[in-house]
Amino acid sequence: MDAKKGLRGIFRRFLDVSDEEPSPARYRALRTDITVLMLLITIIPLCLMALINYHQYQSALKSEIVSPMKALVNKTKHSFELFLAGRLSTVRFVASAYSYEDLADENKLNRIFRVLKQEFRGFVDLGVIDSNGLQVSYAGPYELKGKDYSEQDWFQHLKVSDVYISDVFLGYRRFPHIVIAVKHIEPSSGRSWIVRATIDTGRFDDLIASMGLDPQSDAFLINPQGVLQTNSKFYGKVLDSFPGVVPPLSHESNVIDETDAKGRDVLIAYTYFAQSNFVLMVVKPKAEVLRAWYTLKSELLIVFLISVVVIVGVILRLTRMLVDRLEESDRKRELALREMQHSHKLSSIGRLAAGVAHEVNNPMAVINEKAGLMKDLIEFTQNFPDKEKFLSQVEAIIQAVERCRAITHRLLGFAKRMDVEIEILDLNQVVKETAGFLEKEALYRNIRLELDLAAHLPRIASDRGQLQQVFLNILNNSFAAVDDGGRVGIATWEKDIDTVGVTFIDNGCGMSEETLKHIYEPFYTTKKGAGSGLGLSITYGIVKKLGGDIEVQSKVGQGTRFMVYLPKKPRERSEK
Amino acid sequence: MEGLKVLLVDDEEEFVSTLAERLRMRGIETGTAGDGEQALKSISEDPPQLVVLDVMMPGLSGLEVLRRVRSEHPHIPVILLTGIGGTREGIEGMRLGAFDYLMKPLAIEDLISRMRAALAASRGGA
Repeated sequence: MDAKKGLRGIFRRFLDVSDEEPSPARYRALRTDITVLMLLITIIPLCLMALINYHQYQSALKSEIVSPMKALVNKTKHSFELFLAGRLSTVRFVASAYSYEDLADENKLNRIFRVLKQEFRGFVDLGVIDSNGLQVSYAGPYELKGKDYSEQDWFQHLKVSDVYISDVFLGYRRFPHIVIAVKHIEPSSGRSWIVRATIDTGRFDDLIASMGLDPQSDAFLINPQGVLQTNSKFYGKVLDSFPGVVPPLSHESNVIDETDAKGRDVLIAYTYFAQSNFVLMVVKPKAEVLRAWYTLKSELLIVFLISVVVIVGVILRLTRMLVDRLEESDRKRELALREMQHSHKLSSIGRLAAGVAHEVNNPMAVINEKAGLMKDLIEFTQNFPDKEKFLSQVEAIIQAVERCRAITHRLLGFAKRMDVEIEILDLNQVVKETAGFLEKEALYRNIRLELDLAAHLPRIASDRGQLQQVFLNILNNSFAAVDDGGRVGIATWEKDIDTVGVTFIDNGCGMSEETLKHIYEPFYTTKKGAGSGLGLSITYGIVKKLGGDIEVQSKVGQGTRFMVYLPKKPRERSEK
Repeated sequence: MEGLKVLLVDDEEEFVSTLAERLRMRGIETGTAGDGEQALKSISEDPPQLVVLDVMMPGLSGLEVLRRVRSEHPHIPVILLTGIGGTREGIEGMRLGAFDYLMKPLAIEDLISRMRAALAASRGGA
């Protein structure tokens, strides 16, 4: 439930397009959320896959290793049991095929023993014991006739069972042997006797050798008490105690994981024999057996770790990029919105200003004329009482009107900066027209106005009115800068394939470096009281809006050069 | 300025009458017209030597009046009056053949000097 809520929270934050100022904390939280979410949905399945794979591979590999071990143990067990069963049935045959008298006769017994030794490997001796445990006859290398076995365990065992197979023991010749004893009861007479054979266990070693184990592996027999019944490669000689736990009883072949006495991790395959007290054990070191598995495991781990590192890296990077992009676009959106609002505000201010300026203009003109008339009347009338006083009042009115004029001019400056109307125009013509404006002033003040217009200047797409405003503003400045009898020059030229240039040059008073730094700043003026300080600021704004550029060079006392660069085609409107 | 006869055209009655009176005080014979129709009528009935024309007028616009005057009476120079910042109209007017343009409110000395220049130019041109 909580996770669900958390997810929904993340998505809400993702989709949150509210207008409130997005804080850095919000992006940090978003980044964390996305990172965690993406890590979860990528790493969890990866981990699951890795785990599942791990277990599948493990079980597959194990069964691949374990099954052959089991099979080998089973096969060998069968060989052992076959061997034991063969010897057992031979002894049983001797016990039942011959009468007690025959067996008690040592000559006969010796003959039987010789035949046995001929036919079957491993028989060491053969003896017959009566029901009291007394050895009645013996064929073999020792003098055992007359020995009393009545107190021995195996004899007791045979009282309840027909067959006895002993554990391995070392006989007098220091060879490991086992004893197989069979009790026979003559059905007719109820008489019983025991035939006891000692068998060399060299055959066991043959059977184990036939398993063909690799040098790191071991196979041996133990008894349930943990005593080795054959030599072991690693765990001791025959009849040594097996240094480990005897596995639990199982007649099926079984595999267990163990740590052996040498500290090696081993797989032990074992099985208990059905007829005898032997446990066959095959010990394989895990390192050997599972080498493939370990290789696979480490490869799996490496692949997993690399994937995790790559995923984490990619996610972190991706998230950072994503959130940065988001932040950037949010910021841009915010900026665009603000700019739009600003320009809306400006344009409505501009429209309002234009309206006000125009409306105020006419009454101002009336006031101006009325005051002018009053002034005229006072001036033209002889002996007007308090003439000077009245004249100064009227002059004050006219001054006030002049101030209003400056204000409305300023307001209109704003309005002028608005809408652009692009048309194809001849720049030279625009220059000529604008210059024509000032020809009269040039005439009065004896200023040389020189035009140097490029003959084949390409036509450009721009706004006629705005350009005139620009040129007029610059020319006004030039005219203000030059003394009577000065020189103002205008030249047009093609700067490059996309741009045309207009140069305005004068030999006027020039500007200081300090002034140059500020000329485009609004309300900065050197014409004390006369200028609005908006002319060049507006000019700059217009040129920029038309996609052009403006440059100025000036030296105090030498003159000023303005260069206006205009694109032949207006720039894409994307910036607007 | 003796014998100089001008026509002032402006829809602002107070402005035009006061300005006319001031001009008359300076010895300039000044007629007035409140709109374009009236101005054209007055010009054809009694042609002045010079027309001072407001650009922004209800009805027939100043520029339209200018166009007609230039075509019907090309020898009569026209000085335009515009509102503050009426650069666009002013320039348009100049293209249509106005001699000059002035911005309202204006100083009467300016007006008279421009009128003089216009007359000198028209005489010189004629």
